[in-house]
Amino acid sequence: MSEQPLSPKRPHPYPGKLIIVEGIDGSGKSTQLLLLHKWLESKGHRVFFTEWNSSDLVKDTTKRGKKNKSLTPTTFSLLHATDFASRLYHKILPPLKAGMVVLADRYMYTAFARDVVRGVSPEWIRKLYSFAITPDMAFYFKVPIDVAISRLLGGTRGQLKYYEAGMDMNLSPDVTESFHIFQSSILAQYDKIVEEFHLITIDASKEIEGQQNDMRRLVGEALKDYKPRRGTHGRRTVFWRRFDVPKSE
Amino acid sequence: MVDARYFGDGLTYLNPSDLKGKLIAIEGTDGVGRSTHLEMLQEWLEIQGYGVLTTGWTRSNLMSKTIEMAKEGNILDRWSFSLLYATDFADRLEREIIPALRAGFIVLADRYVYTAFARDFVRSGNRQWVRDVFGFALVPDLVCYLRIDIDTLVLRVMETKGMNFWESGMDLRLGNDLYDSFKKYQSLLIEEFDKMAAEFHFEVVDARKSPDEIQTELRAKIEPLLTPYLRSQELPSDRVAQPAPSS
Repeated sequence: MSEQPLSPKRPHPYPGKLIIVEGIDGSGKSTQLLLLHKWLESKGHRVFFTEWNSSDLVKDTTKRGKKNKSLTPTTFSLLHATDFASRLYHKILPPLKAGMVVLADRYMYTAFARDVVRGVSPEWIRKLYSFAITPDMAFYFKVPIDVAISRLLGGTRGQLKYYEAGMDMNLSPDVTESFHIFQSSILAQYDKIVEEFHLITIDASKEIEGQQNDMRRLVGEALKDYKPRRGTHGRRTVFWRRFDVPKSE
Repeated sequence: MVDARYFGDGLTYLNPSDLKGKLIAIEGTDGVGRSTHLEMLQEWLEIQGYGVLTTGWTRSNLMSKTIEMAKEGNILDRWSFSLLYATDFADRLEREIIPALRAGFIVLADRYVYTAFARDFVRSGNRQWVRDVFGFALVPDLVCYLRIDIDTLVLRVMETKGMNFWESGMDLRLGNDLYDSFKKYQSLLIEEFDKMAAEFHFEVVDARKSPDEIQTELRAKIEPLLTPYLRSQELPSDRVAQPAPSS
């Protein structure tokens, strides 16, 4: 009944590989992860992708709480931890146990940076996530705050989101100014986290291709003794459906 | 709450020192009659003129629907299980319990963090993590534990509402059917509650007695908390504006 305790301070025991990206909004981390995803698939890997705050279990609750602005720093933090736990159990551990590659857009370090700026205790948040596993590779996309803002305002989104700008914290009535203050504090937390958890820093103000080349080189080295494991031949399938196929032999 | 404090790493943005009310938790396993006694206590206190707020496990605005949905879909991992309860509890703590205590209410909690501690321990065999998670909870002024033995509990639950999936811990597959599983699961919970009763100094009330006897015992345990509180309520100085700080 009792499970082997997992710990974010030790390497995980599974044959698969977990690669995660971190960084503030507008750092370009999701773009880089997408490009890495394409590259790994072209190399024959079966790749699973999961992103922050996306589990069926709590996504709607978080959305509702954000919409009517009823979340406190603690409930905000606990909801994201619940989401993470659910995804760890359902989306991350099964492919890792099967020896496959899992890519995660944001990991527990997001909570360590963001929730602490919102006001929860740094010790508490680390204990909260102590059930998590250590990623095999963790990239941090470091970007100056003004670059991030100009990307978000000028780019695909065209606006800053309420909670990402920390508007719930009453830092400034102006959303850009609030984003500046809030995300700058998050950058400062990330700097500490990079040291504490040995994240790989990528200069996210560089060209997209340059960053991606660095990333591919590092991932390629890390995976050089790793053999892709697959059950199909390049066909894309939904992960869980594969278990529904009855095995006659 | 004269020297209100948190279990562990508390809410850094919320100082508990100005909480005037009293926090009383009623604990005990499923089917011991907690809610009945809670209603009677509320009545008794309100007749005496005390403001009373009752708060119940999984009843927060934020989470009650989510938890119901999760239970229908069967939560498989113990982390989500405990974290859902923790989120519900945090929402009630910050939105109901602390504001009420600040306003001088008596808060009666139907179940408290000990329920989460017991349920997580039975599932994981580990006590530390769930206690760390609930580090932001206020230590209650009084915890009354309605204690029952498993054989009496089984009979009582059969005679009243029957056994359900979660109260039987069916997610743990402890027995072949609802009955076997209920008995094993609730025995494990009672065992852990008994250990916590010593560790956290619960006031233990024998839940096999008649409802009247139980209610009398509960009132006797609550009574000592009330007298000084009532007196301070009557002091007119409470209503006087605080003098400006001298600095």
